[in-house]
Amino acid sequence: MANALDPHAAIATTATGLTDGALRTADGRPLVRALARSQSLARRRAFLLVLPLLAFILITFVVPIGQMLQRSFYNDGFSAHMPQLSQWFADNPRGVEPDDAAWTALATDLQAAAEGRTIGIVGTRINYDVPGTRSLFTSTGRQVRRGLEPPYQAALLDINEDWGSPQLWSAMRNAATPLTGNFYLAAVDRSRADDGSIVQVEERQQVYVMLFMRTFWLSLVITAITFILGFPIAHLLATLPMRKSNLLMILVLLPFWTSLLVRTTSWMVLLQQQGVINDVLVWLGVIGGSQRLQMIYNQTGTIIAMTHILLPFMILPLYSVMRTINPSYVRAARSLGATSWTAFRRVYFPQTLPGLGAGALLVFILAVGYYITPALVGGSSGQLISNMIAMHMTDTLNWSMAAALAALLLGAVLLLYWVYDRMVGIDNLKLG
Amino acid sequence: MTRRLIAGTALALIFGVAAQAQDGPINITTYGGAFGAAVNEAFVKPFTAETGVQATMVDNDNPPATLKAQVEAGNITSDVFDVEQSDVLRLCDEGLIEPIDPSILPAAADGTPAEDDYLPQALHECATAIMVWSTVIAYNTEAFPDAAPTTVADFFDTKTFPGKRGIIKRPKYALEFALLGDGVPADEVYDVLSTPEGVDRAFAKLDSIKDQVVWWEAGAQAPQLLADKEVSMTLAYNGRIFDAIVDEGKPFAFVWDGANLDMDYWVVPMGAPNRDVAMQFIAFASDPARQADLSKYIAYGPPRESASASVGTYKDGTTEMAPYLPTTPENAERAVVNDAGFWADHDTELTERFNSWLAGA
Repeated sequence: MANALDPHAAIATTATGLTDGALRTADGRPLVRALARSQSLARRRAFLLVLPLLAFILITFVVPIGQMLQRSFYNDGFSAHMPQLSQWFADNPRGVEPDDAAWTALATDLQAAAEGRTIGIVGTRINYDVPGTRSLFTSTGRQVRRGLEPPYQAALLDINEDWGSPQLWSAMRNAATPLTGNFYLAAVDRSRADDGSIVQVEERQQVYVMLFMRTFWLSLVITAITFILGFPIAHLLATLPMRKSNLLMILVLLPFWTSLLVRTTSWMVLLQQQGVINDVLVWLGVIGGSQRLQMIYNQTGTIIAMTHILLPFMILPLYSVMRTINPSYVRAARSLGATSWTAFRRVYFPQTLPGLGAGALLVFILAVGYYITPALVGGSSGQLISNMIAMHMTDTLNWSMAAALAALLLGAVLLLYWVYDRMVGIDNLKLG
Repeated sequence: MTRRLIAGTALALIFGVAAQAQDGPINITTYGGAFGAAVNEAFVKPFTAETGVQATMVDNDNPPATLKAQVEAGNITSDVFDVEQSDVLRLCDEGLIEPIDPSILPAAADGTPAEDDYLPQALHECATAIMVWSTVIAYNTEAFPDAAPTTVADFFDTKTFPGKRGIIKRPKYALEFALLGDGVPADEVYDVLSTPEGVDRAFAKLDSIKDQVVWWEAGAQAPQLLADKEVSMTLAYNGRIFDAIVDEGKPFAFVWDGANLDMDYWVVPMGAPNRDVAMQFIAFASDPARQADLSKYIAYGPPRESASASVGTYKDGTTEMAPYLPTTPENAERAVVNDAGFWADHDTELTERFNSWLAGA
């Protein structure tokens, strides 16, 4: 049988096996099919080789991230546990006042949810939209567990008059379908008014848009600073004699290998008002003892610490590209009469662009997602959007909100990546 | 050979799982650090010594989030978790933790049943308190050689008591202290904070010292800021400041006025693999004498009244613990018990407003 799968054997036999014009193998099958079969076997074998990696990526990366992102537009906390009321909302369009059927559905669902210990989930879901309602649901739940008599409208309003609030009914209607865009609305400081229209939240509650802007602006600034600082260092690394450049390389890599927390804390020691730098400035008499500079727990501190931490990600790709640039190009330009500035601008710099692009993308994307450093040294003005994502993940446990914010951040980064690809071309990226 | 190896491994796995399902060993997840070490000494090691059941401490910087993730994924690796009060409400309401039958808890030495012996809010249908800790005002005594601050109002008085202030970078505690500093009586703080005017009032008070505030996020930052003289006064967790005073000899002192009392609780995740052993452990750790014993290792107070009297000295053998504990009657006199229900309702809303306020000029 092995012969049938071997294309060489097949070709050898076709010379003698001509019967109906088509090339055939020794056992009479068309050569085209035999070839396709043997090639698909080879492909399958190759696929089996990458299967473990594929499974690993799927299980540890694609599935969890997909599940997390799904929470941003799918939350069945209300609809799954309040089926009858959800059904009433589906049958009656917005604008219909809750009638007896609605109150009965609400009462039945509340009783079932209280018995099934799911009322907290329901209350938590509505609390995202109307703060303060979680306890309305749980306290009502404790009472209806003791029994509830019709007429339900009067009975529920008797337990708590907030049950009549139009805002609450509007929020329940919004939550009655598991698919929702409300978390995305909240992530851009918008919400749904009682009549279903989209409005801005109160000014004093607006925070996310501002934090998104600040995150992108600070990331841009940090990328620019790492470029200005990193470019000359990378050039030195690439052009110095081996022994000196090795030493320099160690100076670049040593902080790169040091723990992020250690480096952040060191900056705190250096920059704080009673810290090393302020002490030196006061000792030198540059500033008075009462005018110590505030260099940390604000945006300045965030920029300094993050620039330091991200600098190697700019230097290393630049260096690897610069090493491959043949110095004779610049020499040729100079010999043809270019000034050193022109030679740099027209000949050397364009050749470093692939490294610059890779470094800038790396630094920018890492900076956009940073949160430990801003959390520790950011104070009030150095907070980034990732700090809010972390807060929703760990403190308020509103994972849908965290997912919506993260999805927007991911979307923005992908968009930037696409723009970069259109403008510079992703093939021009070189990591080494 | 390979086949035999696979079969052997499979068998080992099956028996391993089966053995685990019967009688432990159990894992106990706490916030770790000094508290984790104290729990290990006061409860976990004695439990293993007495019952022979292997119990292991797991450090975690966010047990409630881990618990939620584990229960939802159906992969529970710890049988007992240490969580805060606000998390107890949320986790219990969402059906993520097992109800705890109060009748399993031992009575006090004089026969008082456990339900009458625990402090208010210390027993919950899904949780029992481990200990009481508090967020308090602490100051560096070297900063105020003449007159020491004694009230929350002094914290907001940067003229009489100059220097920067450290405040935790979240609305919880910051808003309560702001209202106390504005003259709201301790027992009305949460009533006032439930009204929009009350929230405005709290932010207005914070506004008055906004340019003097260093915001901190991790508990360890507070004593560090005091020691570096970055701030002269700060909100801090009492245990951290106690360690700095007693273990490191720092010149810090407490203002107990307005201390915000919180409790940590034992909870058992819904569907824990060793539920019965977990309950056994919780009953074991609820014994008043053992609760008092915890204060030997860390400056947290016992949640049972009968335990307070038997609190002794610190592990150094000389420091009397009572003056440093938030549960000692004279310290708790003007304390606010943190209202977890309020925060479960308003956390998101107030955190957004707080961050918006922080970012503003």
